[in-house]
Amino acid sequence: MTVKYTREHEWIRIEDDSATVGITFYAQEQLGDVVFVELPEAETSADQGAEVAVVESVKAASDIYAPVTGTIIESNNELSERPELVNEDPENDGWFFKMQLSDPSELDDLLDEAGYQAFIQEEL
Amino acid sequence: MTDLHSLALESFHTEQGAKLAPFAGYKMPIQYPLGVKGEHLHTRKSVGLFDVSHMGQLLVEGPGVTQALETLVPAALHEMVPGQIRYSQLTLNNGGILDDLMLTRWNDTTWGLVVNGVCKHADMDHMKAMLPDSTQMTYLDTYALIAVQGPRARDALTRMMSEAGDLVFMRAIQTTWNGHPITLSCCGYTGEDGYEISIANTHAQELAEALTALEETTWVGLGARNSLRLETGLCLYGNDLTTETTPIEADLLWSIQKRRRTDGGFLGADTILQQINDGAPRKRVGIAPADGRTPLRDHTILKNSAGNEVGEITSGGFGPTFEGPVAMGYVTHNMSTSGTELFAEVRSKSLPCTVCDPIFVQQRYVRSL
Repeated sequence: MTVKYTREHEWIRIEDDSATVGITFYAQEQLGDVVFVELPEAETSADQGAEVAVVESVKAASDIYAPVTGTIIESNNELSERPELVNEDPENDGWFFKMQLSDPSELDDLLDEAGYQAFIQEEL
Repeated sequence: MTDLHSLALESFHTEQGAKLAPFAGYKMPIQYPLGVKGEHLHTRKSVGLFDVSHMGQLLVEGPGVTQALETLVPAALHEMVPGQIRYSQLTLNNGGILDDLMLTRWNDTTWGLVVNGVCKHADMDHMKAMLPDSTQMTYLDTYALIAVQGPRARDALTRMMSEAGDLVFMRAIQTTWNGHPITLSCCGYTGEDGYEISIANTHAQELAEALTALEETTWVGLGARNSLRLETGLCLYGNDLTTETTPIEADLLWSIQKRRRTDGGFLGADTILQQINDGAPRKRVGIAPADGRTPLRDHTILKNSAGNEVGEITSGGFGPTFEGPVAMGYVTHNMSTSGTELFAEVRSKSLPCTVCDPIFVQQRYVRSL
């Protein structure tokens, strides 16, 4: 199992040819209290970088992008009732959706944990 | 990049953990460590402290000043008693609003005005051009303005200055605290009971420290200030009021007292009086999404069931006390009745929503003791 990160502050946990996607601890901290999450429907196909979900905090709405090309296979419906899970447990129970990957080679462009930590240090 | 002004208390706020961001030409506290939601909820249950020194504090003085000011605002000023505050608008010839403001009558020849930070220089230019030479305007730019807001503000502040306990909503006094002159006004922008205290910059930190030491208080940034005012239906200049909206369209008829509704005598009175009599083409209303969950943000377009544009959200977000989306906007007159069903264009989808009262959380002013 591998975890990769995007420069848009998403994490992607890869198991075989499927992956779970959410936003990072740093991202939820920047957003503040999350009050609403709009999730994609299953079987939606998405190109890498396409807007597939929306997360709204008390401050603003932010788009969530597909980190790689693929098909949505499941969304975390728990977030509809409990959007605060994104703040409480962003990298586990606060996951957004699962995808079937079309082109696993796209993962090579993403950051590993050390690379992501270095990236957010630059942003700070 | 234009130079940003610093608040007199900037380093104090930084020590309190404030995140600063540009607003109205100042580096302003946007939030403190408690966060927008926590600050909002604390203000509704206890006391929030706000540094709103970016706002324009003005003194307007001279013989005939009351009459002169009545030509610029639709509020009735002659009838006011010393120490009384009224909310009004600086209107324009087209009936639009240059700014909204608070006016305090000190005596027959002296008025205190508090105008919005983003508009203050335009307001001063406008008033200088319109007021007779016999009036003098002083910009109190060496004074801080600290708001103390919430259901426990009265008890808390009265321990520091006993005069606070005697003030009701929309009354003000000039007094001293710890030997320093202050203006204490019972008003605010949260829908809660509370005060605004004007004090010279040189003594502002002493006041801020004393307020911080009160057990009920926490500092609140502009983020929660916005959600607090939005939940209680209060307008934000620039969003909900502009040079293209009239006080009648903005549903502010209550701020135009009876004499002025019939006699006029202020800029834009032709349009405004005509709208009082015949109705305005559009009206400010509250908007609630039917799903009770999706926040409707500023500039969201509103359509009718035929798909025609009938309005726009001017302020929208999430109300932590309401525990749901809160929004206000303008819709055409025939769509402005509470309960009217509309569609909000959210991310290229049509989201059903309903026209409602813009007051999502009841205002809790103390109008009598």
